[in-house]
Amino acid sequence: MSIAKASGVAGFPLHEHFERPEQQVDASKLGMWLFLATEVLIFGGLFVAYAVYHYLHPELFKAAHKFLDVRLGAFNTVVLLFSSLTVVLAIHGAQQGKKQMVLWNLFLTIVCAGTFLVVKYFEYSHKFHSGLLPGYYFTNATVPSPDEAHIFFGIYFLMTGLHGIHVVIGMIVLSWLMFRAYRDEFNPQYYSPLEIGGLYWHLVDIIWIFLFPLLYLIR
Amino acid sequence: MSAPGKNYLNCKKGFASWALTLDHKRIGLMYLGSIMFFFLLGGLFALLLRTELLSPGHTIMDAKRYNQLFTLHGAIMVFLVIIPGIPASLGNFALPLMLGAKDVAFPRLNLLSYYIYVLGAIVALGSLIVGAVDTGWTFYMPYSSTTDGGVVLMVTAAFILGFSSIFTGLNFIVTTHKLRAPGMSWYRMPLFVWGIYATGIIQIMATPVLAITLLLLIVERVVKVGIFDPVLGGDPVLFQHFFWFYSHPAVYIMILPGMAVISELIAVFSQKRIFGYKPIAYSSIALAVLSFLVWGHHMFVSGQSELVGMIFSVLTFLVAVPSGVKMFNWLATMHQGSVSLKTPMLWALGFFVLFAIGGITGVFLGVLNVDVHLHDTYFVVAHFHYVMVGGTFMAFMGGIYYWWPKMTGKMYSEFWGAASAIMVVVGFNLTFFVQFLMGAQGMPRRYYNYLDQFTIYHQISTVGSYVLGLGFVMALITLLVSLKNGKTAPKNPWHGASLEWTHTDAVPIETNFREQPVVTEGPYEYR
Repeated sequence: MSIAKASGVAGFPLHEHFERPEQQVDASKLGMWLFLATEVLIFGGLFVAYAVYHYLHPELFKAAHKFLDVRLGAFNTVVLLFSSLTVVLAIHGAQQGKKQMVLWNLFLTIVCAGTFLVVKYFEYSHKFHSGLLPGYYFTNATVPSPDEAHIFFGIYFLMTGLHGIHVVIGMIVLSWLMFRAYRDEFNPQYYSPLEIGGLYWHLVDIIWIFLFPLLYLIR
Repeated sequence: MSAPGKNYLNCKKGFASWALTLDHKRIGLMYLGSIMFFFLLGGLFALLLRTELLSPGHTIMDAKRYNQLFTLHGAIMVFLVIIPGIPASLGNFALPLMLGAKDVAFPRLNLLSYYIYVLGAIVALGSLIVGAVDTGWTFYMPYSSTTDGGVVLMVTAAFILGFSSIFTGLNFIVTTHKLRAPGMSWYRMPLFVWGIYATGIIQIMATPVLAITLLLLIVERVVKVGIFDPVLGGDPVLFQHFFWFYSHPAVYIMILPGMAVISELIAVFSQKRIFGYKPIAYSSIALAVLSFLVWGHHMFVSGQSELVGMIFSVLTFLVAVPSGVKMFNWLATMHQGSVSLKTPMLWALGFFVLFAIGGITGVFLGVLNVDVHLHDTYFVVAHFHYVMVGGTFMAFMGGIYYWWPKMTGKMYSEFWGAASAIMVVVGFNLTFFVQFLMGAQGMPRRYYNYLDQFTIYHQISTVGSYVLGLGFVMALITLLVSLKNGKTAPKNPWHGASLEWTHTDAVPIETNFREQPVVTEGPYEYR
């Protein structure tokens, strides 16, 4: 069924079970939006866990969050926001048939994602060294009430870890899109994979926009 | 375009043509085979459990083994049989046909979801190698983070299977929105499609919460993060909230497709336009919405506040309204119809009786003070089985018999089909009705041993379970025999009026329709 057939629109590979190009594009977009809903709900569970324990231990969360580096978190926020711009510019380039613009902007997006992960690596390794770890790996004695502080770091690692996995998946998706763009598969009539990949990448950004204040900017 | 005599079963041959197929009909059959395999496995465990309960104390196994077996029975039946059940098998086969589509919206995703199911099944069985789990299928904290055995593997399996379910639901929702034939407006869709659509909403909205809950459980067990375990500062009731926020909607993932099948069976075998099309359609959506608002009724005795308990109790009563809407509309459809008691209709009528009992006892359990008495007794076991087996599985069997001629091109033996349906209804009531009685008298569920006063109930129940098991096996053998000996099925043996009967060959071709169907009337206009 995946063999493309003549669609009446030049350059648009229409799958056999669709009748019209816009039907195929609409279907894939709706599918992605539904998938994004499931992603929000997956993270939703962690947000609920965060809310419950923040409510139960407000002082603890305030004290423990000081062990996170706000400057690095802010830097990563800017990096991801910038990558949302580049991914939009890549789609814009495809709409106008500018291959170089697509390739360069996808490349920049992947570089941003990589930068984000490198910064995250330094943040994580600092916490590993000072024993700010979840559960019974927690060994840091300088945190106030260390018996319960491990819960904050458990939630921190769960949320940022799951988000980090999404960044890695995003890099794979973006690389695959770049490969397809390089092979001239996209044109002003057909660029919906870029839009769908872009939607996913925006979600990865938006989740970080919520994680950053919740974890780094507690008052 | 396919040549005459070619259909989706014989157009391509060989293992790879099945293993790598993107045809929704073949994927539906592969699901059906796998689900039936696990149904027999889960059923075998159930019979072993019932045999153990034939007499108090040790009968054929020790207590530890008993706990492992009821966990396996529950986990297999819930995650591998009844949640994928109707949508993945019958839905995959029939939904695109009913909409006049050539396939589901994302055929490759559809195949992927099947293999995710297979992977989940393998991981679930893999947990047996590490050591069977004894937590029950609900994996309650903190026991599940401290007991030995392959809890991590079993939970991982449920996590993986969740994604199979999400992708199936997503596929059906997009297909329903974007791939309807010309003229197929929302109110011309068969009610089966409405039911599967409502199921899809729950699969997408609830399953991710299960995924994160199970992930947290795994992390809790491996790293001891202290989110659920009170020893580490966690809250075990939070686990119950998380778990039931998925698992209550999940029982509607199980029952809504059953109701969806029943709507088709009642209309076709009464040869009468369905009574109250729109109320039935919207009651499916209403059940999908309500399913998210009642999870707290699993925790009436878990220390939740009285006010919260009362709110959940009232919301639980509301579920009876759309369920009742469906039941009465089906009854009204049969009224003055020309009812024919073919095998699928017998399964549907069995559903009627059993689901009515299951549904009403559900209201008893939703009453706060009654639940304090009945909680964690065999009354709950009986209620659950009346809804899930008496409801969903009866509908599932009815649906299989109904679409069997379209799936395989063969007619089954009407005598043996009817005999097995009747045997299942008799065996089912023998097994589970007495469980209401002993539950009301205080027999706790999941107990290995019991007081002598319950012996007679347990013995009736066990004998009934053998009749029930035999009935199901007979029903499946009847189908298998028809593959070899069955008469060739006509194009429309039941005089159905939906597209899969009116516009396809006796066995559909690979792309379903020889010409694009154009819909001009509703799916229940019989002549």
